[in-house]
Amino acid sequence: MNFVYLATSALKIVALLAYLYALLWVLGRKQLWAKIVGVVAAFGVVQLAMTPIGGLRIFNDFDSGLLYQACTMSMVAMGLNLIYGFNGQFSLGQWGFYGVGAYAAADITYRWVDGDARGLLVAGIGVALGGLMILGVNRFVNRFKGMPVLSQFTLYLLGAILAGWVAVVIGNALNPLLAPLLEEGGPLAGYIPQQIVFFLAVVIAGVFTAELSFLFGLPVLTLGSDYFGIATLGFAIIVYTLMNNSDTILPFPEMKGGRGMIGIPQYTTWFWAFLFLLVVIVVMRNLIYSSTGRAIMAVREDETAAKAMGINVAQNKLLAFVIGSLFAGLGGAIYAHYIGFLSPGAFTFLLGFNPMIIVVFGGLGSMTGTLTASFGWIFFLEGLLRVILSQLGTDAPTWRFVLYPIALLLLMLLKPAGLLGNVEWGFFKKPVFVRVRGAGGVAPAPAGAAGEGGQP
Amino acid sequence: MPTVNRPGARLAWIGQAFLLGLALLVLVILGRALAANPILFLQQVLNGLQLGFVYALIALGYTMVYGIVKLINFAHGDVFMVGAFVSYFAVARFRLSEWPAAAFPGMPGWLVLLLGSLTVILLSMTICAILAVTIERVAYKPLRDAPRIAALITAIGVSFFLEYFGALGFVFSPRFIPYERMFNVTTWTVGAGGIHRLVSGQAVPDNAITISNIFVIILLASILMQTLLQFLVRRTKIGKAMRASSFDKPTARLMGINVDGVISFTFAVGAAFAGLAGVLFAIAYPSITSQMGILPGLKAFIAAVLGGIGSIPGALVGALIMGQAEALTAGYISTPMRDAVAFTILIVVFLVRPRGIFGEPEGEKA
Repeated sequence: MNFVYLATSALKIVALLAYLYALLWVLGRKQLWAKIVGVVAAFGVVQLAMTPIGGLRIFNDFDSGLLYQACTMSMVAMGLNLIYGFNGQFSLGQWGFYGVGAYAAADITYRWVDGDARGLLVAGIGVALGGLMILGVNRFVNRFKGMPVLSQFTLYLLGAILAGWVAVVIGNALNPLLAPLLEEGGPLAGYIPQQIVFFLAVVIAGVFTAELSFLFGLPVLTLGSDYFGIATLGFAIIVYTLMNNSDTILPFPEMKGGRGMIGIPQYTTWFWAFLFLLVVIVVMRNLIYSSTGRAIMAVREDETAAKAMGINVAQNKLLAFVIGSLFAGLGGAIYAHYIGFLSPGAFTFLLGFNPMIIVVFGGLGSMTGTLTASFGWIFFLEGLLRVILSQLGTDAPTWRFVLYPIALLLLMLLKPAGLLGNVEWGFFKKPVFVRVRGAGGVAPAPAGAAGEGGQP
Repeated sequence: MPTVNRPGARLAWIGQAFLLGLALLVLVILGRALAANPILFLQQVLNGLQLGFVYALIALGYTMVYGIVKLINFAHGDVFMVGAFVSYFAVARFRLSEWPAAAFPGMPGWLVLLLGSLTVILLSMTICAILAVTIERVAYKPLRDAPRIAALITAIGVSFFLEYFGALGFVFSPRFIPYERMFNVTTWTVGAGGIHRLVSGQAVPDNAITISNIFVIILLASILMQTLLQFLVRRTKIGKAMRASSFDKPTARLMGINVDGVISFTFAVGAAFAGLAGVLFAIAYPSITSQMGILPGLKAFIAAVLGGIGSIPGALVGALIMGQAEALTAGYISTPMRDAVAFTILIVVFLVRPRGIFGEPEGEKA
């Protein structure tokens, strides 16, 4: 056993966690310039650590790979925390949405690099039409109060099929126009267009995942907690099965079914991973401390009481589920372009318990906890422990999966609220509202929150 | 429900039409399959029946445990796996199935086989029962008053632990292990020409279905255990205590029932059934691995939900439907799609009739 390696790894993990907390702290500053400077500095520090200076790199390829994985895992776990921690819906399907996002984004860029713009066109148009369809059907459904969920679902499903079909037709029609531009040396084959397409692919994959989760969540969210968990687990298994047969049952020969999709362009850089992680963090925090966020948490506490307060329970559940899945889709897209190779084996539902364990470990309803647990999980368990155990012998990697559940069991028995409970730090802390604007504006913060706010 | 301010209620037909369309699609696929080759169809149905009777044994454990502690015992599928492995070690390593021949040299062969197999099965069932009671005592009991999700996560943790602990090299090893049966497989062909024993190497005639002794054993064992369980639950004192505890635990406790003991007993009975199912499953599909319990476990759970969770006849009916769905999907749609179809069935059942076929309408919310 190499103790120098061990020591440096441990040091890196501590430094990384300190970095995360510093990032959250600086994001929590009041002044806008402080936030901007802090974010740029936070980006720059890691970027610097990744660049070789005089032949020395602080973060080698393995470490930076872990960092990307930690970023994607954070996004997935944040989404799950929104669904489960804040909204109380026990979802085991997060990993399925993660896989959908990964495959969707990978397909777009893979085809683009291959000189085929259909991926981008069909997915982009389909996602846009799907969004329009959801809005349209939603208006129709709202005109008929009390429509059974199954009928609503049927209408949305028909709309989705229609939108998809139209998108395929338009995409195929537009493709010949773009194809010549994509050829070697064409105006759309360069670096900049590729980066733009990558960005679009990630966003489209996220939105596609969100729309899929809307379609799936609409009927399934009406179930009770356990049943919802099993139904979402079923979703993850269905997605896995479809991935395994993506070249036979689904019409995507380039995904190559169970053999795995190889040759996805590796576009993920620290810039993109950091950017999307930051977006997820900011959106999540601002959502939680908005009135919608309070409604989402009220649904978790007591559905009946929430309904009595005039909260639309079904709508808020669906909102949390869709946004949580959106995060998972974004995470999947980033992951696909980091790893460059997608196989269904990475999306089995067994691995899908990982985000659940992370959320439980970090503390249900603690964004700080989820972030810490994701980074700690990836760096400590996937990084350090994997290396240590693989040095011990062939059987050792399995030990990781023996140790996780034991840790989980101990946690459940000793501290069911998770390591951090619902403690928040820095940016994730409940904002203190100092000014009260007008009558009926923002209510003054409770005395307790103001006391521990720590902000002038 | 007042329909005055709920104009959408009149649009229920949209959802119903969707379901009708789905049902019609299934019927058309099945009808075409039946018309194309009735013998093959019958063979698939028999395969499904074999699978269904194994699922029924697993589903009983889910349905009983859920009925009494309202917990989806994820580890149940892994107890099933342990049952298969115990019998594997007993037969292949320790030759336990041959002990009567060693102890009583003059014993006729069929009696040796019967006694030996029964010993192995009983051993599997006992070890599974002990395992399940241990799990219940260590992991679930301290969480009985915690939120239900905490217990569910614990169950997932236990399930993971069993799967990966089993995958360790010195336990069961991560590989697929060929299972050694206690007896030889005999196959009969049943067709227009009567019942014939199939000699190995001989081709199966086109106009006949084949039935193996494995099928017969699974059928008999499953039906026997179902009957025993019905007797246990309906006619004995402990069965009455189980029903009372599942109905209302505090009141049952007031009536002098040892509820904790009853819960442990329920876990033990369910696990014993899973152990038997594990042995039968391994006999029918002789390749075992430490993760073999996951999907059968989940499908058996679906079967329990389909039949109405908490209902013992429901578990059988649900399992038979699941077996058919799986066999027919594998036969007529595509083999890998059978898991997806199983879960699609689950989701449809959840949406249309969450209490299942035999389930009692539940007043209180989950």
